[in-house]
Amino acid sequence: MRLLTHNMLASNARGAVTGYPLKLQVVKWSTKEVEPNADFLRGILPKLDWPALVAATHALGLPELLPETPPTDAELSAEGAAEEEGGPLRRLHRALLEIHIEEGTLVCPDTERCFPISRGVPNMLLHEDEVRN
Amino acid sequence: MAGCGSGLSGETLTEQGHHWIGYDISKSMLDVALERGSEGDLLLADMGQGLGLRPGVIDGAISISAVQWLCNADKSCHNPRLRLKAFFGSLYRCLARGARAVLQFYADNVKQSEMIVTAAMRAGFAGGVVIDWPHSSKAKKSYLVLTCGPPSLHSSLPKGKGQDGVMCSDDDESNDGSGDDDEAQTVGIYERNRPKKRQKTKKNGKGKAWLLNKKEQMRRRGRDVPADTKYTGRKRKSYF
Repeated sequence: MRLLTHNMLASNARGAVTGYPLKLQVVKWSTKEVEPNADFLRGILPKLDWPALVAATHALGLPELLPETPPTDAELSAEGAAEEEGGPLRRLHRALLEIHIEEGTLVCPDTERCFPISRGVPNMLLHEDEVRN
Repeated sequence: MAGCGSGLSGETLTEQGHHWIGYDISKSMLDVALERGSEGDLLLADMGQGLGLRPGVIDGAISISAVQWLCNADKSCHNPRLRLKAFFGSLYRCLARGARAVLQFYADNVKQSEMIVTAAMRAGFAGGVVIDWPHSSKAKKSYLVLTCGPPSLHSSLPKGKGQDGVMCSDDDESNDGSGDDDEAQTVGIYERNRPKKRQKTKKNGKGKAWLLNKKEQMRRRGRDVPADTKYTGRKRKSYF
């Protein structure tokens, strides 16, 4: 699971107020490089919950990867932004799309309910008594 | 993608350059997707429990042959209506304004179809059902095409495949009879090619031979029948 997906995922279970953001406990993660797409990153930027994304990188042990405040659209659309290693675009791209959580747990901030992640796939199945009506 | 299974359709999404999140209730299907090297992020989840995505983050949604499973009560505690409500409600919330969802489904019967469409409408979606090949039991496919937010010029329903001809509303099934697109809450059902009225027989009425025979029959019964002339049973100009 990439951090892009983690940024959008919430707990659906009974008792969760927002169920978001899910706390990340990482046992194993990997990186897989892909070509950055500036247009995509610019488009997704306004939809991201920045503090949750930063918290996720901290949970991975990468506190230096992202700044406390999000990059601006100007920074992402600047000439050569995609080529600049260590620049705001590459950092955002790496955080969102190149990191893959393989094993770990997602924890609901409201109820502490745990959702295990195995082989990169979070198990979000709820028991019958947890389903909201 | 709701009901992504082994990720076959997800590959097409990836080829088109999309980032996607795939939901499936079957761990073994997802394992196959992993073996295939699926690029999307997979979730082991039951869409009838809600999608669990925060509001307005998704640009589009597709589903292939999965939504109808929500109509089945697999366990005694399942209530299909609640499951449909959880799915469509959470789908509506997580879609960005103007985003579109296209869900291909197989409905066992009209009741199931209505259940699905009603649930979508109650969740706030606009749109309708497009049916490809409505008269082929093999090829027939129903697509629930939904939009979030006010309909625009671009949100009109596509034409279903089947035969040439015009899309028309099936008055028996549409909810308010007019399929009025100005109402955000309206869901019209458009069925491509209603069955045409039985065509007139190609024979163009009955032939001269039949007529002469009939007249002879009537004479044998003792009726008064005009004599046969060269005009009998002649093809006339059509008046209509």
